[in-house]
Amino acid sequence: MSNTETETKTESDGSDSLITTDVQAEQNDRSAPSTRTAVAARNLNVYYGDEQAIKDVTMDIPEKRVTALIGPSGCGKSTFLRTINRMNDMIDICRVEGDVEFGGKNVYDPDVDPVALRRKIGMVFQKPNPFPKSIRDNVAYGLKIQGFDSDVDARVEESLKGAALYEEVKDQLDSSGLELSGGQQQRLCIARAIAPDPEVILMDEPTSALDPVAASKIEDLIDDLAEEYTVIIVTHNMQQAARISDRTAVFLTGGELVEYDDTAKIFEDPEEQRVEDYITGKFG
Amino acid sequence: MTDSTESPDLTRRNGFTRIKEGTYGGLFAVCAIVTLLTTVAIFATLLYDAVVFFSEVPVVEFLTSTEWSPNPAGGGQTFGIVPLLIGTVTVTVMAAFIALPIGTLTAIYLSEYATPNARSILKPLLEILAGIPTVVYGYFALVYVTPALKATLFPEMSTFNALSASLMIGIMTIPMVSSISEDAMSAVPDSLRQAGYGLGATKFEVSTGIVVPASISGIASSYILAVSRAVGETMIVVVAMGAQARMPAVREAVFGIPYVNPADVLLDSGMTITVAMVQIAGGDLVGGTLPYDSMFALGLALFVVTLVMNVLSDIIAERYREEY
Repeated sequence: MSNTETETKTESDGSDSLITTDVQAEQNDRSAPSTRTAVAARNLNVYYGDEQAIKDVTMDIPEKRVTALIGPSGCGKSTFLRTINRMNDMIDICRVEGDVEFGGKNVYDPDVDPVALRRKIGMVFQKPNPFPKSIRDNVAYGLKIQGFDSDVDARVEESLKGAALYEEVKDQLDSSGLELSGGQQQRLCIARAIAPDPEVILMDEPTSALDPVAASKIEDLIDDLAEEYTVIIVTHNMQQAARISDRTAVFLTGGELVEYDDTAKIFEDPEEQRVEDYITGKFG
Repeated sequence: MTDSTESPDLTRRNGFTRIKEGTYGGLFAVCAIVTLLTTVAIFATLLYDAVVFFSEVPVVEFLTSTEWSPNPAGGGQTFGIVPLLIGTVTVTVMAAFIALPIGTLTAIYLSEYATPNARSILKPLLEILAGIPTVVYGYFALVYVTPALKATLFPEMSTFNALSASLMIGIMTIPMVSSISEDAMSAVPDSLRQAGYGLGATKFEVSTGIVVPASISGIASSYILAVSRAVGETMIVVVAMGAQARMPAVREAVFGIPYVNPADVLLDSGMTITVAMVQIAGGDLVGGTLPYDSMFALGLALFVVTLVMNVLSDIIAERYREEY
């Protein structure tokens, strides 16, 4: 695992390749506040028809950190995630008010092409959904549609390494992605998401369909991914949020962002009684 | 609730259930077997009479002779399938040329692009197209399509011609292709489309790069059905293409390379295997004569053509199959 991690780093960050392990360890320490905001919501309201799914949410999501969105079912956390890369555009009755800023640009501005946006913001879904294509073609798909055709094999290998899957599949790159186990499929989906080198990776309950062992591998991987990418993860599992995230946002019913702070703060000493009740399992 | 010391009654209530279940199973099996037996019986009859025919007319002559004149009424008889094959292949290829692309694109539209409203109107309409009797298509070709083509594109076209018949067969089989292909495309899990969109694919890229490959085996079966339908189509051909078994003129290009002008085949009348069979069956036919037996040889040839196409398309579909 750690071996793979180092390899990824070396290959994808040419400038850092000579930096010693100590510096890498320092980079791994994400407790220091991030200097930049990757994604920001400004007075965001989202409606499905007459029903409000997100209620006046304003938050700054830091770059190269793991931000967890937690909350009970139907609290709008998945809606919020899909608002960031405009996946909700495909739902006819969905209406968005307010801004979502990505790199300082409101992604709901009329001149923004959702296709171009999604090429910068990768997504991993709840159920592993590899294409019924070979492992190689799965990872190369994003590269192919973006017209990237030099050194595809190298990029595929690098992405599979980045998703901690390469060692397991290096001899079967031409076999179907569906022949892998559930956990491997999910890591394949992560490799597919990182292959076009996005800036942000959205994850919608990526481990909820997996067994605990496979889930823990994904958790380790998320930790590694945060060195290069901004990770925003929706999870039902509070222990998971506590384990892997730097920042935690608690949504409660009605699409309200109740509290958003450093993960340690949320889980040890939340400001809001409702958050404490939710985290200690009194409801939800 | 029963007393906890008492074990639950797990015995069969009576033997009746068992008999009932057995009867149902038997009934279903009988239906399945009837279909199977019919197919086998048809094939056996074809084969039996065809063998009788081939004992009189050598297979090689049947397959290579370029003249078809069975003359059931008497007179010189020649049984060459070549002109009939030319007719059948022309009609099938032209019809496929129309139906497969238009049908597939229609299916993509219906499955991926159309709003639910548009789909709920268009799909039943298309299926009505499949319900029109073929004789109506035939007359439409003869009465409207041929005069229209003659007046505009091909003044030299004859009243009975292969082109109009093929066009109509193509149109007739569009709904078959679009309907079955659309079912296959709609069955592709939405999670795959989401994955594509999540990677920044456009609708077109998702449709052609993800949905179509994932549903290729369903699309291929729609092609098989449509092409088999075109091969076996009789009524449209009888009405619009006429019933003259003819060989196209072989011309000579530069350096004496022989070629056939497609216009000779398409704009003139012709005969397909099915029409030849109808013509023989429609005459005053006596069982046991050579023309009678030739019907079965033609039937067998048709069967083989369809079978070969089915096997070929199966192989092709298998190669591009992406199972989800």
